[in-house]
Amino acid sequence: MQTFDLAAKGLRELNSSLHALKGTTNMTEWEVINPKGAHAIAAGVDAPVDITVRGSTGYYCAGMNKQATIRIKGSAGPGVAENMMSGTVIIDGDASQYAGATGRGGLLVIKGNASSRCGISMKGIDIVVHGSIGHMSCFMAQSGNMVVLGDAGDALGDSLYEARLFVRGSVKSLGADCIEKEMRPEHLALLADLLKRGEADHKAKPEEFKRYGSARKLYNFNIDNAEAY
Amino acid sequence: MCGIVGLFLKDKALEPQLGAMLTDMLITMTDRGPDSAGIAIYSDAGKGLAKITVQSSDPGKDFKDLDGDLAAALGQPVTMLIKDTHAVMEVPLDQMEAARTALTHLRAGIKIMSSGETIEIFKEVGLPKDVAARFQVAKMGGTHGIGHTRMATESAVTTMGAHPFSTGSDQCLVHNGSLSNHNGVRRELRRQGMTFETENDTEVGAAFISHKLKTGETLGNALEATLTDLDGFFTFVVGTRNGFGVVRDPIACKPAVMAETDQYVAFGSEYRALVNLPGIETARVWEPEPATVYFWER
Repeated sequence: MQTFDLAAKGLRELNSSLHALKGTTNMTEWEVINPKGAHAIAAGVDAPVDITVRGSTGYYCAGMNKQATIRIKGSAGPGVAENMMSGTVIIDGDASQYAGATGRGGLLVIKGNASSRCGISMKGIDIVVHGSIGHMSCFMAQSGNMVVLGDAGDALGDSLYEARLFVRGSVKSLGADCIEKEMRPEHLALLADLLKRGEADHKAKPEEFKRYGSARKLYNFNIDNAEAY
Repeated sequence: MCGIVGLFLKDKALEPQLGAMLTDMLITMTDRGPDSAGIAIYSDAGKGLAKITVQSSDPGKDFKDLDGDLAAALGQPVTMLIKDTHAVMEVPLDQMEAARTALTHLRAGIKIMSSGETIEIFKEVGLPKDVAARFQVAKMGGTHGIGHTRMATESAVTTMGAHPFSTGSDQCLVHNGSLSNHNGVRRELRRQGMTFETENDTEVGAAFISHKLKTGETLGNALEATLTDLDGFFTFVVGTRNGFGVVRDPIACKPAVMAETDQYVAFGSEYRALVNLPGIETARVWEPEPATVYFWER
């Protein structure tokens, strides 16, 4: 176990040590202490390591993550796991705005609530939120899966492409072109797997969720609307 | 960007440390805006007294004998505490408006930063650590306070363009964001008799709230009205004689984190600003909801 005191050694030394691992390493266990809300903690890691951050983080923690499992034993600031490529990020507390934005792969688990714009423009990432998500979540989400055990705020899935959204609680309002869709057996199976991987299978059952997706009406220009422009 | 910090104390034992705690919080936010910094601190002037904080770019000249001159103009006792480019004048409460008028006549170079029973505002161009040191903010006690570090967008980097803005007795406002309809709102408020020192968008936000309060609205209603009448991005933190409020626009892209314990309510643009507060590990920490008014009063 490598223990890194962020307050004593600073962010650049942490991230350059993590970047130096370059894909393979025998130093697989890392612990970061005294994060104190610092920005960009463990951003850009590309190695199969397990990093535990003991406290709350600021902007862009675990951004662009590849391969690593990053655990935040507190809450995360804006843009956590932004553009994640692969690996897993698990937050014990809440996440601020645009968690998992533009994520292309991997799994983001938020055990508390996520605020606005969670999963905005997601492109393949899976996100499991044990609590609720804020307004404009999954705006223009292209692919991947969003699972919300609690409620969703205003304008869920506005201008959605092909991401699948599963919400157990209420949805304050659906965004443009986002509709409720039937839950078929393949969706229940997918959801069961996501709940299990998201450490939420003891909290919720797949049958309790509703599925939302794109009505696909914004995909092409509709000539009948020409006069509106 | 811009960085905001705020602290509303519930535990009297912390009051002597208010300035030190706010200074520490504000310095942490330096990289959100290095253009100018300011702080509003609320502490009682004493029964029947008002405080007027004035600023001069030539304090050696403008503050010389200012207390004596003001006392002579009012025919009342006046005390003055000079801190760098600012001076806090204590006058009888019923003479506050007369003193404000007299001060502008006595010294052409003076700007009034704030007036009221409890408020003092200190603000200048420069980094939070330098501004706080110039005014010895860390040595100040008080009940609540607000700090701001500015990254200028809507108007020039000047002392008067720094936050907090005070447009009413014991009132102040700081802002992260930018308002897009401030020129129209300023014109309307001018018609209603409000006066403005700058072309700054935030001053319009402050005057908008002060005007609502003047017409008898509660602070809660005044803050609600910002959500319908002000267009643009904002996280506002406001102070009054005995209260502290927060409101964010419906889009809420300007960050905000709050923490509450039995000892205090704290605001920070980022969690970083709160990490050294006592008991933060067990505090209730949350993000204020968009388009929702939060308010604490003692």
